[in-house]
Amino acid sequence: MIIDHPLLGPRDAAEFVYKGDASLIHRPDGMTATDDEMHDYVYLRDNPAGEHRELWYHEQGDRSWLVVTRNTLTHEISKVELARDVARAEGRGQ
Amino acid sequence: MSQPNRIDGGQIDRTHSLKFQWNERWMSGHPGDTLASALLANGVKLVGRSFKYHRPRGIFSAGSEEPNALVQLRKGAAQEPNTRATTVELFDGLYATSQNHRGSLEWDLMAANDLLAPFLSAGFYYKTFMWPKAFWEKLYEPVIRASAGLGRLSMWPDPDTYDHGYLHCDLLIIGAGPTGLAAALAAGRSGARVILADEDFTPGGRLNAETYEVSDTPGSAWAENAVAELAAMDNVRLMTRTTVYGAYDHGIYGALERCTDHLAKSDGKPRQVLWRIYSKRALLAAGAIERSIAFGNNDRPGIMLAGAVRAYVNRFGVAPGRHVAVFTNNEDGLRTAVDLRAKEIEVTEVDARKGDMIVDTKGRKGVHSVILSNGRTVPVDCVAVSGGWSPTVALACHHRGRPEWREDIEGFVPADDLPPGMTVAGAANGTMTLGACLSDGHERGVALAAELGAHGSSGAVALASDETFEIKPFWHVADAKPRAWVDLQNDVTTKDVRQSHAEGFRSVEHLKRYTTLGMATDQGKTANILGLAVMAETSGKTIPETGTTIFRPPYNPVAIGAFAGRARGKDFRPYRLTPSHKWAEENGADFVETGMWLRAQWFKQPGEKGWRDSVDREAAAVRRSVGICDVSTLGKIDIQGRDAAEFLNRIYSNPFLKLPVGKVRYGLMLREDGIAYDDGTTARLSENHFVMTTTTANAITVFRNMEFARQCLWPDLDVHLISTTDGWAQFAVAGPKSRPLLQKVVDDLDLSNDTFPFMACTECSVFGGTPARLFRISFSGELAYEIAVPARFGDSMIRGLMAAGEEFDAVPYGTEALGVLRIEKGHAAGNELTGQTTAQNLGLGGMVSKKKDAIGLKLSERVEMNRHDDLRLVGFKPKDRAVLLTAGAHFLTPGDPADMAHDQGWMTSVAYSPELGHSVGLGYLKRGGERMGETVRAYSPVRNQDIMVEVCSPHHIDPVGERQRG
Repeated sequence: MIIDHPLLGPRDAAEFVYKGDASLIHRPDGMTATDDEMHDYVYLRDNPAGEHRELWYHEQGDRSWLVVTRNTLTHEISKVELARDVARAEGRGQ
Repeated sequence: MSQPNRIDGGQIDRTHSLKFQWNERWMSGHPGDTLASALLANGVKLVGRSFKYHRPRGIFSAGSEEPNALVQLRKGAAQEPNTRATTVELFDGLYATSQNHRGSLEWDLMAANDLLAPFLSAGFYYKTFMWPKAFWEKLYEPVIRASAGLGRLSMWPDPDTYDHGYLHCDLLIIGAGPTGLAAALAAGRSGARVILADEDFTPGGRLNAETYEVSDTPGSAWAENAVAELAAMDNVRLMTRTTVYGAYDHGIYGALERCTDHLAKSDGKPRQVLWRIYSKRALLAAGAIERSIAFGNNDRPGIMLAGAVRAYVNRFGVAPGRHVAVFTNNEDGLRTAVDLRAKEIEVTEVDARKGDMIVDTKGRKGVHSVILSNGRTVPVDCVAVSGGWSPTVALACHHRGRPEWREDIEGFVPADDLPPGMTVAGAANGTMTLGACLSDGHERGVALAAELGAHGSSGAVALASDETFEIKPFWHVADAKPRAWVDLQNDVTTKDVRQSHAEGFRSVEHLKRYTTLGMATDQGKTANILGLAVMAETSGKTIPETGTTIFRPPYNPVAIGAFAGRARGKDFRPYRLTPSHKWAEENGADFVETGMWLRAQWFKQPGEKGWRDSVDREAAAVRRSVGICDVSTLGKIDIQGRDAAEFLNRIYSNPFLKLPVGKVRYGLMLREDGIAYDDGTTARLSENHFVMTTTTANAITVFRNMEFARQCLWPDLDVHLISTTDGWAQFAVAGPKSRPLLQKVVDDLDLSNDTFPFMACTECSVFGGTPARLFRISFSGELAYEIAVPARFGDSMIRGLMAAGEEFDAVPYGTEALGVLRIEKGHAAGNELTGQTTAQNLGLGGMVSKKKDAIGLKLSERVEMNRHDDLRLVGFKPKDRAVLLTAGAHFLTPGDPADMAHDQGWMTSVAYSPELGHSVGLGYLKRGGERMGETVRAYSPVRNQDIMVEVCSPHHIDPVGERQRG
């Protein structure tokens, strides 16, 4: 696969490490989360047949974490964003 | 040395002769020959034995689709089993032998299997070897293993080298037949960057095998001119002997180039290169593969595909027979008769479209006659069969594409579910005549080049007339009494297909697995459609209703060595050397691989008989005077920024916000599920600058997880990370004499306990100006320091430290003594941090702060992870002090039965303590903290040990920590 890095352009997927569902960005605060909330965050993932937002880490590159929107059936990649931008846009900023 | 079947014509170089050996007999051929054409030229018909029945078999095709002529190529370590004689380019000195027979090829003892055929039909494995149960291991499996497979491995390491390569292009054209050449000419002239790949050593495809004319020149000459024109274009890369074997994601194709297989020796060059080709567009012009017709005894040597007969006659100048029966259901097959008669070979036409059939053949080691449906027996020495041509759709279907049936050509063509970026042209797309293929290739080449922004003049399309094309579905001679083969490689007959249906294995995927139809090296290239047709007929369905099996890479076999490339042996996972490696080598170190590193394990001194002598001496020296150990392999992460302390406070389970500048703190990281993950020390060099160490094993993943936390969880914290593991050479200097030693080394720094106490750190310089970092931390429990210098000074640093330490009897120590010291002191390491243990288990539960959020806090509070009767890390010593403890032993309350229901924990680490004079251990014991002084049983059935041990503090030495603070 080829991932079109927002800063570096098209890069081979072999340069990246895969983590999983981009919902991992939404970590509940450990001081206020309920057991169920933290349990769901750590253990539960959707496994869609189709479009999936997922986290990839450019370990053999600039060490950016990316949110890649990929179709799990066709491997078509429709969107690649810097995870930091996504995290801020989704309310992880201060 | 004569070549009785060599005839005029062909594209071989008769001015040169090549000598080769077949089954120890010397023969000769010419450059341009394949092993198959040379064997035929020399009159060799019988080349192998079939897989199951050991039937005599000959050459069936003239390409990589060959199911029969699999040979053992070369001698010694370089030999390769199951090599298709039809793709082996002849070279001087070639050595090949036949496979799959016991005794000689002519008199194979295993041929008795053929008489047992009624018992060996589809599914016989599943039916026969079920009972009696005890027979499986003792009888069935050894017998099956002995008879399984065709060729034999050399049992030596592969002496050749293989490379991986990467290529980029606008347009990848797969196949250099008429379609591919026409497309490459058009796209190349337009200016597109083109790669044209073909598995043959001579491009041209069927143009070389047929007598067609293109633009008023012989087809093969036109192909040669086209290749010359392409070779002169800077923007075109022509890759012969290169099989594109897989269509992967996003325009990436896998290709195998055979670089030296056509030479006697590789002479140090890579034998094959596995290419990864990145393309913007791909054009599949892979042509078509001819298929057979199933009739009685249609597997005898001398029975070949009609197109292969033409290839041998027209391209290689070889007559596969002198009297040939041509059995065809289509017009193309009849061209064989025309071509053969032109070479004065006698021909008997058997046209299935007129209702004529071959019903049986005779001739055990080579066909000598055919019996026709009209009852007539005709003496022949070769049969040319054509059941029509199947478009080579495999690559078009590698993304799970399902091809569509086209009745006018009686074949499957790619549907519109192609891999993105792929176009299919020519015969691969069902365009079965030459003129149409040339214009199809040209037009696609022009269109694709334009899509890619190349608009140069594409030149004129090459012209050829379209031959007549007509096919009538005819798959097998129904009710043939003798067996009629569908898949020659796997010995699958029409009867097997019908039996599969009768026994309920009706889906094509089941048919494949039950009968083995379409498996092994040829993947049923000449057999699958025929098998489907028989299945369709038996089940009363149409062929498209029956469907095809899934196509998967690789299209043709790829040697494992090619996939491995250079990543073999030590290069599979190269290790890194520590900065003091050279010095350690000079000083008698034994080395051990730890993770990605090669580290000194111990330093053997003269007179030491075994490793224990060295390790005991090193560990004792640290406790008595001073020892020096390279600890550069620990992960090091530089952390800077206004929020660096806040960030660390969220990463570590224990507090870091208030760590003073100039101090080091031990930190424990949890995983988000609450399990202990990694530990190490972090030093605060200045207000906004920290240096973290991680365990050697987790250096990479800790850094990765911290980047995740930084970018994804808390994107607005002002903190930056950089891995400096390789940047610093770091040495532990441990023992009572470490202070005076280091005092000699550092510039202008007072190391007295008051000014540089336990857990202090500072940036400083050593040996008159070399920048350094000094940490007063102790893994051994002694007064100890770790001193770091930029990695380039690592070698001079170890030499300087050892010289400065001479007066204190300083010794270097390796990883084993390091282990002894930490076990004596009761520090957890990899054996204890198993990924299943909590902070509570480690006895570090009190470290986990409840006052702040950090990774893993919430789930570490789960009730089941905080049970008071859970495992605790404690120390152990043998009741009989002379006994050595065993790691992995399980603990039992004395008197309890030795089973898992009564399991009380296990021993994690053991060492002989030279300081205490007996063996010491660490381990997890239920309620361990409350059981000091208790005697438990340590039971290791694996190592045959059953002893009594005493529970004690894990801190076998200096439990209150006076030494390290002194």
